[in-house]
Amino acid sequence: MSKQYKAVALISGGLDSLLAARLVMEQGIHVEGINFFTGFCVEGHTHAIRKQHRARPRRNNALWVAEQLGIRLHIIDIIEEYKQVVINPRHGYGANLNPCLDCKVFMVRKALEWMNAQGFDFIITGEVIGQRPKSQRRVTMPVVARESGAHDRLVRPLCAKILPPTLPEREGWLERDKLLAFNGRSRKPQMTLANHYGFDDYAQPAGGCCFLTDRQYSRKLSDLWQTRGERDYDLDDIMLLKVGRHLRPRPGFKLIVGREEGENRYLEGYRRRFVHMIPVSHPGPLVLLDGETGADDLELAARIAARFSKGRDAAEVTIEVTGKDGTVRNLTVAPLPSAQIPQEWYL
Amino acid sequence: MNSVTVDARYLLCPLPVIRTQDQAAALRPGDCMRVLCTDPGVLHDIPCWCRIHGHTVDEISRQGEEIVITIRVGNEGSTPAGNIEVLDDRR
Repeated sequence: MSKQYKAVALISGGLDSLLAARLVMEQGIHVEGINFFTGFCVEGHTHAIRKQHRARPRRNNALWVAEQLGIRLHIIDIIEEYKQVVINPRHGYGANLNPCLDCKVFMVRKALEWMNAQGFDFIITGEVIGQRPKSQRRVTMPVVARESGAHDRLVRPLCAKILPPTLPEREGWLERDKLLAFNGRSRKPQMTLANHYGFDDYAQPAGGCCFLTDRQYSRKLSDLWQTRGERDYDLDDIMLLKVGRHLRPRPGFKLIVGREEGENRYLEGYRRRFVHMIPVSHPGPLVLLDGETGADDLELAARIAARFSKGRDAAEVTIEVTGKDGTVRNLTVAPLPSAQIPQEWYL
Repeated sequence: MNSVTVDARYLLCPLPVIRTQDQAAALRPGDCMRVLCTDPGVLHDIPCWCRIHGHTVDEISRQGEEIVITIRVGNEGSTPAGNIEVLDDRR
């Protein structure tokens, strides 16, 4: 009886990894999926927080892909280990603070560890040569294979035919002729293949799967590091950067202003860790104050909170201010006119 | 039969799924998990995770913002993982 070969597929929730896994399953390989949670994943959180996004499906796309394929999916929390990838990327950043190549190397290395621990034979990814400007180029493919330690046990089924044969191909575990030769940025070949397989509700690419590719998010993370004087973070830090307007009127403190009901509710979970304020004379946002605040700062923050309340055109708005020690007091202030909020305060 | 509670309140998806998955790995078929959550995303994600791993959702209840999902641990070896026929049947 021939051996049942087993592959672990990196499943992002997008179309490419879905198709790559499907292609390999077609050759009788037992496939299981692995998905890494870095804390920067666009998946899930933002949709869960913001009320305006509730029309979108709430599904986790990696789980959805696994269910379409009929495979198990293992979701791995790599928040702590991933810090070194973000803080000290060996290959540097992309357009923003996205360490895409180091990220790919790291994830394939983690998949390799999982593969060895579980007795699997090789790794598959949905990478396509030329698909991404930083991490998916012809020159980076061998870098990922080499630096991850996966070497020729790393198979990219969607572009395998234009890469050197891997171990599974050479050994006949996979038929190379049945793999593909996708190349370049066009999504048409993937969409045609998805149609062939009957996949029609897959996640549409919308600016990547990671907040680190987002310019505004990266700016907020840079500001966090600069303010603290060190390049470090914890999960709460990076979650809070996804929520609300962030304004830094003075170097010593920052305001996080909820933009709508869902964000206010989310920020409520953090209020005990921050001086916080909320308008009480008019409906308005919950505002967290991050940093050290003097009396002048508190008044400025209250005026900004008033600006983002329904009382923005009123002569006065009363703001309830709660200290970290739980003491509560009210400040009655004039809302700060928009024109007096310099654009550079917005992170 | 063991019965355990997983407290995933105030965590956003996929963390409740990860906590549930990690706890399930320590249990045996037939054991029971009560997962406490507040992120409504779990209403989709945890049942989906259960389906692909062969576990059963016995009950979902809500009290205010708190969601309680009761799961019966299945035998993962019996799931149709990697079974291409399952996929073909869905077309």
